[in-house]
Amino acid sequence: MVDLVWLIPALPLAGFVLLVLAGRRMGEPFAGWLATAMVAASFAVSVIVFLGLRNEPGHVFTQTLFEWIPAGDFRVDVGIYLDALSMTMVLFVTGVAALIHLYSIGYMHGDPRFPKFFLYLNLFVFSMLVLVLGDNLVLTFLGWEGVGACSYFLISFWFEDEANASAGKKAFITNRVGDWGFMIGIFATFFAFGSVTYARFLPLAPGLAATTATFIVLMLFVGAIGKSAQIPLYIWLPDAMAGPTPVSALIHAATMVTAGVYVLCRVNPLIASAYDWVPSVIAWVGVGTALFAATIATSQYDIKKVLAYSTISQIGYMFLAVGVGAYWAAIFHMVTHAFFKALLFLGAGSFIHGMHGEQDMRWMGALRKLMPVTSVTFIIGWLAIAGVPPFSGFWSKDEILTYALAHNPGLYAVGLVAALLTAYYMSRQVFMVLYGDARWSASSEAEAEAKARVASAGAGEAEVSAADGQPAGTVTEDAASRFPEGFRPHESPWTMTVPLVVLAVLAAIGGVLNLPFPDSLHVLEHWLEPVFVLGQPAELTYSDLSIVGLLVVSTVVALAGIGIAAVVFLKGRIDARRVEPAVLQNAWYVDSSIAAFMGGPGYELADGTATADRLVVDGAVNGIGRATRWTAARARYLQSGFVRAYALMVAVGAVLLGAWVLTKVAAW
Amino acid sequence: MGNDLSTAYLSLSAVLFAVGAFGLLVRRNPLVMVMCVELMLNAVNLTFVTFGRMLDDVTGQVIVFFVLVVAAAEVVIGLAIVVAVSRRRPGATADDLRVLRG
Repeated sequence: MVDLVWLIPALPLAGFVLLVLAGRRMGEPFAGWLATAMVAASFAVSVIVFLGLRNEPGHVFTQTLFEWIPAGDFRVDVGIYLDALSMTMVLFVTGVAALIHLYSIGYMHGDPRFPKFFLYLNLFVFSMLVLVLGDNLVLTFLGWEGVGACSYFLISFWFEDEANASAGKKAFITNRVGDWGFMIGIFATFFAFGSVTYARFLPLAPGLAATTATFIVLMLFVGAIGKSAQIPLYIWLPDAMAGPTPVSALIHAATMVTAGVYVLCRVNPLIASAYDWVPSVIAWVGVGTALFAATIATSQYDIKKVLAYSTISQIGYMFLAVGVGAYWAAIFHMVTHAFFKALLFLGAGSFIHGMHGEQDMRWMGALRKLMPVTSVTFIIGWLAIAGVPPFSGFWSKDEILTYALAHNPGLYAVGLVAALLTAYYMSRQVFMVLYGDARWSASSEAEAEAKARVASAGAGEAEVSAADGQPAGTVTEDAASRFPEGFRPHESPWTMTVPLVVLAVLAAIGGVLNLPFPDSLHVLEHWLEPVFVLGQPAELTYSDLSIVGLLVVSTVVALAGIGIAAVVFLKGRIDARRVEPAVLQNAWYVDSSIAAFMGGPGYELADGTATADRLVVDGAVNGIGRATRWTAARARYLQSGFVRAYALMVAVGAVLLGAWVLTKVAAW
Repeated sequence: MGNDLSTAYLSLSAVLFAVGAFGLLVRRNPLVMVMCVELMLNAVNLTFVTFGRMLDDVTGQVIVFFVLVVAAAEVVIGLAIVVAVSRRRPGATADDLRVLRG
């Protein structure tokens, strides 16, 4: 049964090829159904392979498909390395991706490039599966670049809009910075081990010099920072929601951003061989990102941007888990995050769909009754990410925090604050969208109130919006001019609500994968254990009682966050403007600082480099060319075409040669 | 064969070579120039034979035959070119044929 593993990436690839060849002729909705069927079949095969893998010794299965790059000592095969880690990844990637495909059929209805969208989606899933299943770093890098390219295509899918096109470019270029680190890491691995195949070099990792291991890990970490959107390379992810919402769900939940965490988990023996400050760096970058992104998420108005910063924050938790050696906790959170973040993004997409493309939460509200299915599922996703027991996010986040406390109380404290903010901003989103006044309605009696609210908010936000590059008037116009006459949000079609329901169930019960006790319920941990044998994973020395204590603390923190949000946004006790400072609305001015730097000193630097290039490099190259041409222009006069002139030259040459020989003979 | 006689042969050869080279440089008629080249080649042939006799070695004579063959071939091609050129142009003066100039 395990032999079928090659089918897992092959099916989405087949879907991609079919859609390239005949997608246009298939049209809507058949192209979408084909793509969905391919990924769903891939998921089905994954389940079969999973059942087979449980019987394999050590839960490892390798398969070499063909030789790819044989070059001297260097050799790269296209092969599959299937162990507990990649199996887990494959299962949730194909499963969640299949649901996202199904959802897209409804969401992309009526789009002129409908087949092309599914073509990219299939290629995206294929690339991710190559990344996860590849048996060597180079093959992983191939998938790594594949998801990068697909994210570029999909983020700028509606490229007619300038902002979308540049968001795609931003994602692509930011990722190149990370890829530089990843490539250096691959080269260093080859120099250190003479191989880039996981099965060959990972067992050798414990014997590696600490300096070499540190270098490799840090370089791979740079790549992971870029792909998984951590400080300082997170800037592409908030813009990545410019693409269609299913794409955001796919990037944020199931594919691209998890790649960095996956790679670090994969090379965990190397992390164990590195200096002991390296895991701390990873942990602090992760928890720092978690807190930083959470602060920004508290003050965003775009429904998808809140979720985008939330993803950055949650991935930060996964890096924290990797840093403290709790690798399975990182994977556990990755899986539950895939469930609830896909659910939240698809739910947000459903709201946007129902609101005819409106993404600004200030214009939503009271959608609870009009979109019941989306609302109920969204609430489940909210409780899961906020960390309310017994939903899945609570268990995975608490597991990470427990290990963080065992490692360093500072990490735990920062992580707890980020958890509080997470509960707060997600509740804020839910209260703004699902409850309160119907601010989209021009006819209701709530209109006057909404107007007053918007106007009062407008005074404080006018300059903010202007600084943000948006027209300052956006928030002060009234609902009547923004929405058409008789506008009413509506529930989405079944292709969109079914995935929501499935994901809601998973988000609710996902915690059973790894409940804290008794020990026999650590299903995921025991399943993943063989992968992390060499990686010196963290051990917990707490008693069950103190673990219960930590669970209570987490619950209290989550409820506190929800409570604060309720006071501000449900009861209106505190003016929302006071808790949403401009600095947070503008994401700490990071983007504008980068833009200012690149427009000023950065531009000068690039300009100087260009000048140096023109004068020195081009000057040398062109100088050689010019010298050659000058010499040739002089030399051409020698070629007169007169035969006798040539003969004279020969004669003179012969005489000179003869004279030279004679002087030699005379000297001798 | 006495040394003085060898000196005479070599001197004659040098004179013939100089005459040929001078003719090649001075004359404009390609036919005469070809004849001058032949003269130079034969001057060289003479030295080969002379040295062959002096050193008591037949190699010199053998090389002469090779030179004669090559010279014959060269003359055939040269004359063919001259004929071809004179058919297309009013004359075949060497200085008029300078299409290969740089």
